[in-house]
Amino acid sequence: MLRIDHISKTFNPGTVNAKLAIDDLSLKVNKGDFISVIGANGAGKSTLFNAIAGSFFTDSGQIVLDGEDITLMAEFKRARKIGRLFQDPMRGTAAGMTIEENLTLAAGEGGWLSRITSKEKEHFREVLSQLGMGLEDRMKQPMGLLSGGQRQAVTLMMATLQPPSLLLLDEHTAALDPGAAEKVLAITKDVIEKNNLTCLMITHNMQSALELGNRTLMMNQGKIILDTAGEERAKMTVQDLLDRFKVSAGHELDNDRMLLQE
Amino acid sequence: MSIAAIGTLAQTALELGLFSALVVLALFLSYTMLNVCDLSTDGCFTMGATVGAVVAIMGHPYLSIIAAMAAGILSGFITAFLQTKMGVDSLLAGIIVNTAWYSINIAVMGGSSLLNMNKTETVFTKVGDALEGTALSGQYKLIVALVAVALTVIFLSFFLQTRLGLAIRATGNNPDMVKSSSINPVFTTIVGLCVANAFTGLGGCLLAQSQKSVNIDIGSGMVTIALASLLIGNAIVSRGSVTKRAIGAVLGAFLFRLVYTIALRFNMPAYMLKMVSSIIVIIAISGPYFRKQLPLIRRMHELKKRGVSGGNE
Repeated sequence: MLRIDHISKTFNPGTVNAKLAIDDLSLKVNKGDFISVIGANGAGKSTLFNAIAGSFFTDSGQIVLDGEDITLMAEFKRARKIGRLFQDPMRGTAAGMTIEENLTLAAGEGGWLSRITSKEKEHFREVLSQLGMGLEDRMKQPMGLLSGGQRQAVTLMMATLQPPSLLLLDEHTAALDPGAAEKVLAITKDVIEKNNLTCLMITHNMQSALELGNRTLMMNQGKIILDTAGEERAKMTVQDLLDRFKVSAGHELDNDRMLLQE
Repeated sequence: MSIAAIGTLAQTALELGLFSALVVLALFLSYTMLNVCDLSTDGCFTMGATVGAVVAIMGHPYLSIIAAMAAGILSGFITAFLQTKMGVDSLLAGIIVNTAWYSINIAVMGGSSLLNMNKTETVFTKVGDALEGTALSGQYKLIVALVAVALTVIFLSFFLQTRLGLAIRATGNNPDMVKSSSINPVFTTIVGLCVANAFTGLGGCLLAQSQKSVNIDIGSGMVTIALASLLIGNAIVSRGSVTKRAIGAVLGAFLFRLVYTIALRFNMPAYMLKMVSSIIVIIAISGPYFRKQLPLIRRMHELKKRGVSGGNE
């Protein structure tokens, strides 16, 4: 479904700040995979997502999605197939526009000069009511009035109004308070299951990395150092993950937030 | 001041306000909605005036309006193209286009910096003739301007609710979100600036035709005047639907001209207009900034008064 073939990316090439962020990375994602991605700070997790989504072009290699070469496709064109959520809840929505207007743009139906129809409004109400946040009665309010958790939940709905081929979740619950994070995560699981989405999710919580989904990737210095699924993964504990990291990377995993989770 | 004098004052302000309201609405689209400060406004306004004048002098009063708007669209397209496709910074793109249009505008006027339309048939003379003998006779300038502004407000409030309009608003709000909705922000920026500059061109065309002459300086300082009006309008109506805010922008244009017209009555020389508009823009933009800083300044002052004691043991 998604095939990444030997991609590399260096930031600031030719300067003292040159950083090889993605190092000859290859990955095959199967349809219906729900993959959790872990790794230390600066391991290249977000950079990998940026490469897939097209925030920048890779220096070499090839990316194929659904049989289509997207290596040099513009970011906005890829967005038809790739839905994406960021850690910052403000990034996914336009604060100055109403909830309804945000959803209309995301739905992407109708011609340029068409206006929002009452049928669409009804559909949006239905979608929002699934969140159980009472947002269906606040459709005319500006997005900026919503809490971080609410905004992230709406962003998730916007990203999946037209079910994408691939959903990229970049620590999308990390900036939320624990209650909201739990709720957004529950909604995420629900949406993925209902639409049978293929999904990659970066998380800093190693426990949930093993519990969620069917496959786990661990990254270090721009490479995938562990790709585990099935029975092997089912037997794994957090300690196993830490050990595996030490073996591959040659040092302890130093991610403050990860350690605090234990 | 007699009531009649106040009436004349208000009417002058209303007329001038309505002509600049078209530019204010253009900036409402480009500055408030699209978040692009379009500094080509002065040149584009003059271009609308010169192109409109030349076409009207050739004997096409209605076509002149369409031609002026088309010139505005072209100007907006070039400004937008420079900043989205050619890597030119957005402010710089406006300044460059503005400078280039000075030459082009003189070329449009056939090498002269002034054109006279005393005997030219325009929309204003047409409407003036039609109203001859009715109660509204003599009000033709006001009526033409009012219709133009009303049509523009109606168009904008419709346009900004369409999917394209929403995409343009989102581009000014959060370009990342536009991309993730599979819309190219380059496209929305270009369309937004084209539409906005069509109104700037229309404003220039109508002002020139109403005063029956156009000179190369007709648009100079327009962007500041319009920005001042826009910010005044924003202070009156800062929330609510797009339609309400567009009407607020028009009110801002009127209010600005009213204050200015009154100032003229108190013997302020006419050349002070641009100084006044600059000061209004400064107050409108830095006012909220200083209001935010006020608590900090107060606290600094208090700490200074209290002086330092201890902390050295």
